[in-house]
Amino acid sequence: MSRTVRISDDALALACGADAVAAAFEQAGCAVERVSSWGMHWLEPLVELGGIGFGPATPGDVAAILDGSSEKGIGPIAGHPFIARQQRLTFARAGKTRPLSLEDYETTGGWAGLRRARSLPPAQVVAEVTQSGLRGRGGAGFPAGIKWKTVADAPGTRKYVVCNADEGDSGTFADRMVMEGDPFQLLEGMAVAAHAVGAQQGYVYVRSEYPHAIARLTAAIGIAAPVLAPFRVEVRVGAGAYVCGEETSLLNSIEGRRGEVRAKPPLPALSGLFGCPTVVNNVLTLAAAPHILAEGGAGEYARLGMERSRGTTAVQLAGNIRHGGLFETAFGMTLHELVHDIGGGTASGRPVKAVQVGGPLGAYIHPDQFDLPFDYEAFAATDALIGHGGVTVFDETADMGRLARFAFAFCAAESCGKCTPCRIGSTRGVELVDRILAGTGAPDPVNNLPQMHNAPKRARGRDEDVALLQDLCETLKFGSLCALGGFTPYPVMSALRHWPEDFEA
Amino acid sequence: MTAPVIALDDALAGILVRHRDREGPLLPILHDVQAEFGCVSAQAEAAIAHALNLTRAEVHGVVSFYHDFTARPDPRPEVQVCRAEACQARGVERMIAAAERAAGERVSLRTVYCLGLCSVGPNARVGDTLHARLDEAALVELVRTA
Repeated sequence: MSRTVRISDDALALACGADAVAAAFEQAGCAVERVSSWGMHWLEPLVELGGIGFGPATPGDVAAILDGSSEKGIGPIAGHPFIARQQRLTFARAGKTRPLSLEDYETTGGWAGLRRARSLPPAQVVAEVTQSGLRGRGGAGFPAGIKWKTVADAPGTRKYVVCNADEGDSGTFADRMVMEGDPFQLLEGMAVAAHAVGAQQGYVYVRSEYPHAIARLTAAIGIAAPVLAPFRVEVRVGAGAYVCGEETSLLNSIEGRRGEVRAKPPLPALSGLFGCPTVVNNVLTLAAAPHILAEGGAGEYARLGMERSRGTTAVQLAGNIRHGGLFETAFGMTLHELVHDIGGGTASGRPVKAVQVGGPLGAYIHPDQFDLPFDYEAFAATDALIGHGGVTVFDETADMGRLARFAFAFCAAESCGKCTPCRIGSTRGVELVDRILAGTGAPDPVNNLPQMHNAPKRARGRDEDVALLQDLCETLKFGSLCALGGFTPYPVMSALRHWPEDFEA
Repeated sequence: MTAPVIALDDALAGILVRHRDREGPLLPILHDVQAEFGCVSAQAEAAIAHALNLTRAEVHGVVSFYHDFTARPDPRPEVQVCRAEACQARGVERMIAAAERAAGERVSLRTVYCLGLCSVGPNARVGDTLHARLDEAALVELVRTA
């Protein structure tokens, strides 16, 4: 009898060489099942043989794994501390099921949430989502139930559910893992939302940098269409614009326009896609819905977490970290636990200098603040944000002055151009950080332009440049239309506050 | 109905027909045109504008907004290297000079911000194939063989 091994075909596993390992096992006479990824990325390609894991595997390891002499064994995968310490709801199937197998999905509780939701009046579905305490996982943390209620109560018969899968933040990959590893769960969540608000059509807006997710989701929609009906879902592919992760520019992009941000109000919930009431939620928010709508799910969800952050969050351990991957846990775990106990510190072995939580717009957090619990309000109170849950670790070689400059440069490259603070302030910010880092104190060429009548013509000192930088950041924070300009000051100011020595010439 | 004033390439006409019944068809059309012709030319913009009852300015505004659409084809092989924070934390910036030397004028070395493999960087993409855990030698080899 041939033995069965399970190897992920997630994009990350493929990038690490999973196909070659799978081919080598087939060559050796094994049956290979391609499953989703467990999320232990430092072990990919991870091979599962009879519940025991081996990784990171290469084709050269195949013989030793099969004859039991491999030294890459990690013991039972489900019992590995990285997995055993998690509370997996959204990622309950990760590593265990074949992503496009309806049979696997059904036997692991798939469609139960949708079946129950459709047996309830829509208002009851909205009430249960509200009761669960689920908040938008894209970054803003807006209560999902309130958003759904707004759409449900909005006048109009044509409504939409739009899934924001434009996961552009560096350090995040949870959306990708859901789309590639458990696409039916996302579609089920969208169908639940559609029933709750009375929508007929859904769109998943996926970034073009995710070709595997696009293909997987498109296939899943084809397979699940009869279950989802009368609700219809279509994949829309982004075109390389980071700002399209902002919900209003995302809607413009689906409509076939430039991905420029819209002023709010009107809220997309009232006037969204093609001017119709629209639910716009992140992948993780919608993927949480099936669990919440299953029998007793809302209560279980609400019991997890802390304060106003209820349920679980998908922490993504990334960057220079030894044990990087997907760690789903109830809110409230501290950064120290996440980075050191679970992540194992840096991959380079050097001391941790900083972590950036929440992607390119998130603050740089100093190890002195590592007792901070993972909670929306606790982060906000220290001028930081959880964002989409990405935790990017930097070792002591990181140059925080250069990273502050990068934050502005990224904003300048990705600004949609609609509002002035973001469009112009980002470029002025790059220039200012350059001046501070160069430390030459030369007169600012902008001040010497003939039209700058009242600007001082003398050279500015470092203190004046820093004050100007702070002033510019205030302008971006309070004057920008969306989070791109509004949050770019977070990485800049946190870097300047905690590592002023990196801004010395 | 009058005949269209712009003579359509068969492939372009096919793309326009394929997306005729979509809501908001412009981006799907532009993706297909970019994939088919390697660019979205001024002529294609005009034809698309005509078919969708938009102005050429509106179509051009969209084409020029997104990084994925280009006005001219670039026949060179393309290697996309992620240079976002997570890959910076894993040392990608130290490899760029060597990759640029290897690329020269023959290979288009394009910066992208995030391929979603942030725990195993530095990462690169060639076509739809992803590469992780790159060191300088591996990245240079990728560029050399692109």
